[in-house]
Amino acid sequence: MLLAAAGAWLPFEPYRIDLARILDPPDATAWLGHDDLGRPIWDRLVVGARYSLWVAVLVVGISLAAGTFIGAVSAYAGGWLDHLLVRVIDIFLAFPGILLAIALAGLMGPGLDNVVIALSLVGWVGFARLARAQVLTLKQRDHVAAAVSLGAGPGRIVWRHLLPLMAAPLIVEATFAVAGIVIAEAGLSFLGLGIQPPEPSWGSMIREGSRYMLVTPHMVLAPGIALLLVVLAVNMLGDRLRDRLDVRQS
Amino acid sequence: MMRFLVSRLASALVVILGVSVLVFFLIHLVPGDPVEVMLGEGSQPADREALRRALGLDLPVHVQLGHYLQGLLQGDLGVSLHSRRPIGEILLERIPATLELALAGLVVAVLIALPLGIIAALRKDTPWDGGAMAFAMLGVSIPNFWMGPLLILVFSLWLGWLPVSGREGPASLVLPALTLGTAMAAILSRMIRATLLEVLNEDYIRTARAKGLSWGQVVRRHALRNAMLPVITLLGLQLGALLAGAVITEIVFSWPGIGQLVIESIQRRDYPVVQACVLLISLAYVLVNTLTDLCYAWLDPRIRLGQ
Repeated sequence: MLLAAAGAWLPFEPYRIDLARILDPPDATAWLGHDDLGRPIWDRLVVGARYSLWVAVLVVGISLAAGTFIGAVSAYAGGWLDHLLVRVIDIFLAFPGILLAIALAGLMGPGLDNVVIALSLVGWVGFARLARAQVLTLKQRDHVAAAVSLGAGPGRIVWRHLLPLMAAPLIVEATFAVAGIVIAEAGLSFLGLGIQPPEPSWGSMIREGSRYMLVTPHMVLAPGIALLLVVLAVNMLGDRLRDRLDVRQS
Repeated sequence: MMRFLVSRLASALVVILGVSVLVFFLIHLVPGDPVEVMLGEGSQPADREALRRALGLDLPVHVQLGHYLQGLLQGDLGVSLHSRRPIGEILLERIPATLELALAGLVVAVLIALPLGIIAALRKDTPWDGGAMAFAMLGVSIPNFWMGPLLILVFSLWLGWLPVSGREGPASLVLPALTLGTAMAAILSRMIRATLLEVLNEDYIRTARAKGLSWGQVVRRHALRNAMLPVITLLGLQLGALLAGAVITEIVFSWPGIGQLVIESIQRRDYPVVQACVLLISLAYVLVNTLTDLCYAWLDPRIRLGQ
């Protein structure tokens, strides 16, 4: 991740085409070799990582904020509003997430913005459900009743008295969501619905790589291993956080 | 039980209606004029008008929605813009392939996850457990669209054992099913381990041991049976992920199912077909979830009586 951030200032050349080196395997000057247009794979991986993580952070940020807000409002307000929002959540849950994202991205057209919109439209539901369940149990607690009797408004109660208590499960969920979004973004790019060439993206690199698999496996191996390592690291971080913060999976 | 059945079916119907309405609005997300996007920029105004009328896009939105829902009730999904054939007919051709792949993936997942989860739970905190869970972690983290090419590389290109792609004979099903099944096996084995560990701590397990049953008998007769309930629910819930995973797996292996149809139709800007595919898979998912809930209630009296 540090590398991805540093990539902005380092002299990488992800778009430099060197026709003499098409499909070159790894060697001393380019330690992951070159792709089908003679571009250095390592440089493209690092720049691709930036897009990938940027999309993930953006989507999880939007989903977390929107989902928590909707879930908290639904649970705290109760009544018809809660009924309505639960129905909406149920309806969104009825779509297998990645399928809805594929359809949305496909209809809105490819591009970074549309990928973020499509994945966020799918992503908020999980957070909303979690936040609603949390608020439902937490609002029974004594300190909330105390705050209400002291005259605190609903906004203040949710923000000051409930959110800090539900932060732990939300953070754990958000960590796993980052891993999920990294895979989903790469999946959309793999299908040609995500970030468009010539911008490098791990998903489209895997797609291009699988075309040349028999000639040079390194083109498909390198982005896949990078993706695997990032997702594995984030998932393990999520597991560790869950144990540390003692969050029980619902 | 009757009341539970009725309320469960009623909420399923509401969800189905909501899903249909949401899918209807998908086409309005197309930026600009969807007709122009579908026909291309150089199209004749007369053609555009004809398509607009054919799709009913010249009518007010609520009338369009009414026609659309009425059509759905009569099983009419509209006509493909690309092949001019009824969409229902096209879907019927593709469903068997996707169903075959999903079921094969499910079988692979259960075959891998069951022994893995049981070993991990019975040998908790040993290298067996560690190995099984490391495998599970790896399985969740490898995306289908990389697992697929990797399997092709090893088993088709290097070893030459199995076909690269297509749907010809049982051999061509092996790699797609493995690709689809491993991801689910990872989630499933963690679940089996967790529920089995919980059940093994119950009093009745100690009782069974105390009355002289062997450890193997206790696990088989008492622990596994009780641990299977949550696992069955998860299996139902995972079917949605399985169907969605099938979309990407079908692309990797050129498997002629619904997933491939979705992507082809997106590329051809055949939006009515995209809508129909999303609707079909979502409805299948709702159906399976409802059935899972009902099975669960049927198997576990606590749930249906608690309602």
